[in-house]
Formats: sequence, structure tokens, C-alpha cells
Amino acid sequence: MTTVLDLIDVSKSFGALKVTDGVSLTVPKGQALGIIGPNGAGKSTLFNLITGNISPDQGRIMLLGQDVTRLPAMKRVRMGVGRSFQIPQPFEGLTVLENLLAAAVYGRGAPEAAVADDCIAILRDTEMLAKANTLAGSLSLLDRKRLELARAMATGPELLLLDEIAGGLTEGECRALIDTIRGLHAKGVTIIWIEHVLHALTSVVERLLVLDFGRVIGIGAPDDIMASKDVREIYLGMEA
Amino acid sequence: MIWVDTVVQGVLLGGLYALFAAGLSLVFGIMRLVNLAHGDMIVAAAFLILLLVQGLGLNPFLAALLAAPAMFAFGWLLQRFILNRVLGKDILPPLLVTFGLSVALQNGMLEAFSADSRRIPIGPLESASVSLGGITVGVMPLLTFGSAVAVIVVLNQIFYRTALGRAFRATSDDPVTASLMGINPRGIFAMATGLAMVVVTIAALYLGMRSNFDPSIGPARLIYAFEAVIIGGLGSLWGTLAGGIIIGVAQTLGAAINPEWQILAGHIAFLVVLVIRPRGLFPRALD
Repeated sequence: MTTVLDLIDVSKSFGALKVTDGVSLTVPKGQALGIIGPNGAGKSTLFNLITGNISPDQGRIMLLGQDVTRLPAMKRVRMGVGRSFQIPQPFEGLTVLENLLAAAVYGRGAPEAAVADDCIAILRDTEMLAKANTLAGSLSLLDRKRLELARAMATGPELLLLDEIAGGLTEGECRALIDTIRGLHAKGVTIIWIEHVLHALTSVVERLLVLDFGRVIGIGAPDDIMASKDVREIYLGMEA
Repeated sequence: MIWVDTVVQGVLLGGLYALFAAGLSLVFGIMRLVNLAHGDMIVAAAFLILLLVQGLGLNPFLAALLAAPAMFAFGWLLQRFILNRVLGKDILPPLLVTFGLSVALQNGMLEAFSADSRRIPIGPLESASVSLGGITVGVMPLLTFGSAVAVIVVLNQIFYRTALGRAFRATSDDPVTASLMGINPRGIFAMATGLAMVVVTIAALYLGMRSNFDPSIGPARLIYAFEAVIIGGLGSLWGTLAGGIIIGVAQTLGAAINPEWQILAGHIAFLVVLVIRPRGLFPRALD
């Protein structure tokens, strides 16, 4: 089994605060991994370390067997790291299709003609085709989240990082989004998904990681993790 | 009829100001960088064209064609190795750097070319004119205006019809997110400044052919360029052309009333627009 992502003892501090504390993690190709943890546990920081927005103080990050610890974000995109943001950050002055084209042309380093059809297909998969020529700045929240996902897909990712993509959606919207993500997973895309909406997460992922104070306090099958005493105490705040 | 004539001359003069301003507008629109050395760069490009004309005996238009890639390279290197280092949340460092650049450029040119007033020689074209329905207009002003329109059309095509243009707009929206889409913001900024310097070369060609220039006139061109950009609304290239035209018309109308009022009238028009439409005539819908 090929490994897509390997974190080896990765740590990062902001001042005195250790936000990532010796995290080691291996994600095999095709897996969907969920990450949960209380606010401030260092989940988004972990994503920033993987995408290359920030560099770790120590430890190594391997992508598809290659050491990318010192590689800038835009080069990691070309290697196949796609990301959606917790708070959607579309290019507001561009249309939905232009958002995808920009991501596809630069994210894959391919000419426009080679990626245009794929961008249309992604828009269809994410149910955004009807809004292809709408300015991204005028989209509703659900559509912005869909665009986040579509744009991350457009970069042609081997590894897709989803940051709280279900948060703030209604039940019906959430189900639609889950179907889309399941579809991507079925196509063999490796997914790491940070989410507070647990039922959404557990309906897709086959492995769950719990983060608290920057440390991994549990990793395994979702059912086992949710049943474990530590996790219930720390994450769900319940007496087990 | 004299008034119609005055307005037409003003509109055509506006083309020159729009050329001065287009490069400034481009750079500001993409990276929020105010280049205080913009005027001096126009003068420097004019000297470069003059050197090519005098040294190689070239036609000025051909000389500008040769100068353009050199200026592109200059802009690219300048952005890549100097301006990218100072771009950030704080707007002061790039202002200080370009201000320093302005002083250095002026003094460098003074040293190299002396304070003498120069002009790019164009022969009979200088005074050639055509008659348009009772109004006589100079060929040079007409060419200038046509070039300004052409420059803006081409820039808009690049912006809205090419992958590079999308990257310009995406980076302008959000450089951090752009980098997560595989776009290198610093590379994009370098391309933008390079492109702006090509526009500067075209502006320099007409500046040098139409009027005398010396190393000290850059800052005054910068003022006109600024006013045109702000009247038009930051980030809108057609707005910049409109801004240039408003200043041009105000200047020729002012001059028609009293020649001493030419410059002042342009500045007053600028202030009036600021009072009525503080964000300019065609502000970008977003941001």
C-alpha cells in the first residue's frame, strides 16, 4: 500500500504555546481520515503544516514518499495537496468557473485547454454548473462551501484537506455535501477531514484521529475511538 | 466651435495622461503597491528610447519596440528582488523604497544626461494634422489617444481572457489562497510590474515625442497619473482613461480661459470629483 502522507514527529510552537506536539501520522493512499478535537487543539495548524503555509519547528513531512518539509505551499499544490478553508475564501472578483480554472491551470501546471473539461466535470459533480458564470463574491454560504471543495478538486489533488466544510450548513445541505465527498472518496482520492459535525464525519471516514493540545490522543476506527473513555472525557466532555 | 475644439484637444490630451496612469493603475490594482517612482521610470524610459534613436538612428517607434522588453526585464527584476521584499501588511515600506528609487533615478539621470531639456525627434510628424469635420487635430495627439485606448483594450483582454489574467485577479483577491492553488504570488507580481513597465515605455514614447523632458519632470507626471487613477476609481482601467480625459479637458478649458490656469484647472477638477465621488467614478464593486 502506498503512503500519501507521512508526518514524522512534527512540532510547532507559537511563542510559548505548543500547538503541534510531536505528531506522527501515516495516511495510506485512498483512505479517508477524520480529525476531531476541541477548539484550539491545533487542527487547522496541522493543515497549515501539511499545505506548507507554516513550517514546523521540528520533525519531517513526507508527501508521496518525498520530503517536503521545506517546500513552499505552491509547490506542494503541484505535488497534489488540495485544500478547502474553514471560512470559504473564494476569489470574489472571479466567476465560479474562473476560480476553478485559475486553480487548475496553476495547481496542475497545465494549459487551460487541457483542464477546462475537467473543471466543468467538477462543477457538475459539486452541483455548481448552473452557477459557473456567477461572481464568486455573490454566492450563498452553501455554494461558497461547494466552491471551496470544487476549487480544491480542480488543483488535481492526491490528498484533499477539508477544513470544517459541513459547519454552518442545514441538515439537507449537509447531506448533499456528504454525498459529494463520498463520491470523491469512491474515486480513490485520499481525504483528511477536520469536522465538528460528527455524524457527517463518521458517515464518510474509515479512520478517526483525536487531537488535544496539539497531541494525538487517539487514532483508530471511528466506533472504537468514539467509545474510548479518554476521548469521551476530553472531547465530548462527558463522564464515561 | 472654439469650445468644441478645446474639448476635443482636452480629450486627446487625456489619452497621454491615461498612458501615464495605466501602468500605475495596473500595479496598484494587483498588489496595492503605490509606485512613487512611476513618473521617473517614464522619464528613464524616454531617455532609453532617445539613446536608441540617437545611437542607432532608429525610428522612435522601432526604438520603443526595442526598449519595451528591456523595460519589462527591469520591472520584473525590480519586483522580484526589491519590491517583493517590502510588500506586506504595512504600506509604508514600499512607499519609502519607491520614493528612494525616485530620488536615485532622478539623480542618476541628472548625472548621466545632465539637466538639459531633450526631445525625441520625429520630423514632420510632429506638426502633422488632419481635419475632422471642421476641427483640426494633430496627428500626434490622435496617435497618443489611439495608443491609450489600445493599451487599455489589450490590458483588459489579458485580465479577463487569459490564464495569466485570472492569476492576476486571483492574487489581487487573496495572495495566500492563491498560493494554495499553485499560484506563485511573487512571480505574478513580477509579471505585473514587468507588464506595467511595457506600458511605461509606450507612455515614455509619447511623452518624449510630444514635449521636452529632463530628469526632473517625473514627479509632475506622477501627479497627473495619480489623479487619473483616483478619478477613475482604483483598479478600473477604463476609469483611468476617463480620469485622464477629465484632467485633460479641464486643463485645456482652463488654458482657454487663461493660460496660467491650465495646470490649476486640472487639479481643481480632481478635487471636485473627489468631493462628489470620493471612491472615484468607476470604483470596483468589491473591496
